[in-house]
Amino acid sequence: MPAGHLERGEELELEQLEVELLLEGIFRRYGFDFREYAPASLKRRLRRRMDGEHVETVSALQDLILHDPAVMERLLLDLSVNVTAMFRDPTFYLAFRQKVVPLLRTYPFSRLWVAGCSTGEEVYSLAILLAEEDLSDRVRVYATDINQAVIDVARLGVFPIEKMQEYTQNYIRAGGSHSFSEYYVARYDGARFARSLVDGVVFAQHNLASDAAFNEFNVVTCRNVMIYFAQPLQEHVHRLFYESLAMFGVLALGQKETIRFSPHESSFEELDAEERMYRKVR
Amino acid sequence: MSYDLIAIGASWGGLLAVGTLLEGISTELEQPIVIAQHRSAESTRGALESLLQRHTKRPVCEPHDKDSIEASHVYVAPPDYHLLVEGGRFALSIEGRVQFARPSIDVLFESVAEAYRDRAIAIVLTGANEDGAAGLAAIKRNGGVGIVQDPRTAAKKAMPEAAIAASQADAVLPLEEIGQFLYGLCCL
Repeated sequence: MPAGHLERGEELELEQLEVELLLEGIFRRYGFDFREYAPASLKRRLRRRMDGEHVETVSALQDLILHDPAVMERLLLDLSVNVTAMFRDPTFYLAFRQKVVPLLRTYPFSRLWVAGCSTGEEVYSLAILLAEEDLSDRVRVYATDINQAVIDVARLGVFPIEKMQEYTQNYIRAGGSHSFSEYYVARYDGARFARSLVDGVVFAQHNLASDAAFNEFNVVTCRNVMIYFAQPLQEHVHRLFYESLAMFGVLALGQKETIRFSPHESSFEELDAEERMYRKVR
Repeated sequence: MSYDLIAIGASWGGLLAVGTLLEGISTELEQPIVIAQHRSAESTRGALESLLQRHTKRPVCEPHDKDSIEASHVYVAPPDYHLLVEGGRFALSIEGRVQFARPSIDVLFESVAEAYRDRAIAIVLTGANEDGAAGLAAIKRNGGVGIVQDPRTAAKKAMPEAAIAASQADAVLPLEEIGQFLYGLCCL
């Protein structure tokens, strides 16, 4: 077969093979398991990294990644940074105030897990909400992500100043009871959110694909994280959440995610169907 | 030759255009139709679905993550998500905007090109940007069919013009004739 004259179909098959080899290599070299990620967006991100590293093939990217941990770190950023927003889906936060907060008030102390916190927009949104409901001292928030670099960003609490107008509108629609600007100070490097908001937050690296349950939670939010996983991995993570939730604990998913794919679907009842909030009842 | 999926990309002026296009598509076509229509992240839940439902008998819905792709359905990308297809199912993503858009037409088309190859049909309609041009080129590269709304008949012609410039479209047609062209491809 003459080199360089592959049929388009063969090219795609070959690329698929290269992707599988790369993911296997990453798993064995670095321990990160992307083998069960949803393929379409995974490939987009791999191509972006190929462009960034100026290589033409997945195999060439593999060569760089296996030999240079700095390239792996850059790929990890591509794979784990998700562009989210503070108070994304304001109606979710409104429902959280109306339906989850009253449950949290019944406990003297409770734990909330933000699984896949990325750069922290959701953590700060929930921290603001809990502060306004006077629950900061009674709810311990755990924020985890696969990538230490994004956790460091989250801990810093500095978000782009140009986003503040959008976030302020979201905050108001989410039922915010203060003035949003009370929570941050505009600095040269962006809008720096009050340290006190996340003083009690435990930030930690945790890999949903490979790490075990690490505590018992009254609320787990995992919004728009599992959309990047193929179904077998989604099932695995659903099992992890089921094991991590206390009885009557709440699982909150993203707007377009469904609990239908959880092997424990029948153990949950709807707390708010529209906002994808479910309560573990057995 | 038969086809397994029809993807449509539309932006400014798209609501009217997609409605007209859907009306012209014969009920004999069983291919699922997947639409990326640019819209604001805050758009009212379910509004686009119900507006488009007026123009077609097929069920119109916003897919959930990993929903399977059903024949004779019309799917619209949810606001503020990219919609992708893979292995007969939908996948969603909230990675950054592409060409300032989420949903992005390029993201949808590129995933369709990869998953359906020469069994894909993609259509670029009206719009004031260049989204869809790279996606349509990917469709063509993988052996699929590319159709573009005739820019002279589009509310905004930048998007169809960019698509025409970026690849060799199989047909450039006014909206009213696209349905007939699809019928020829899929039913004859």
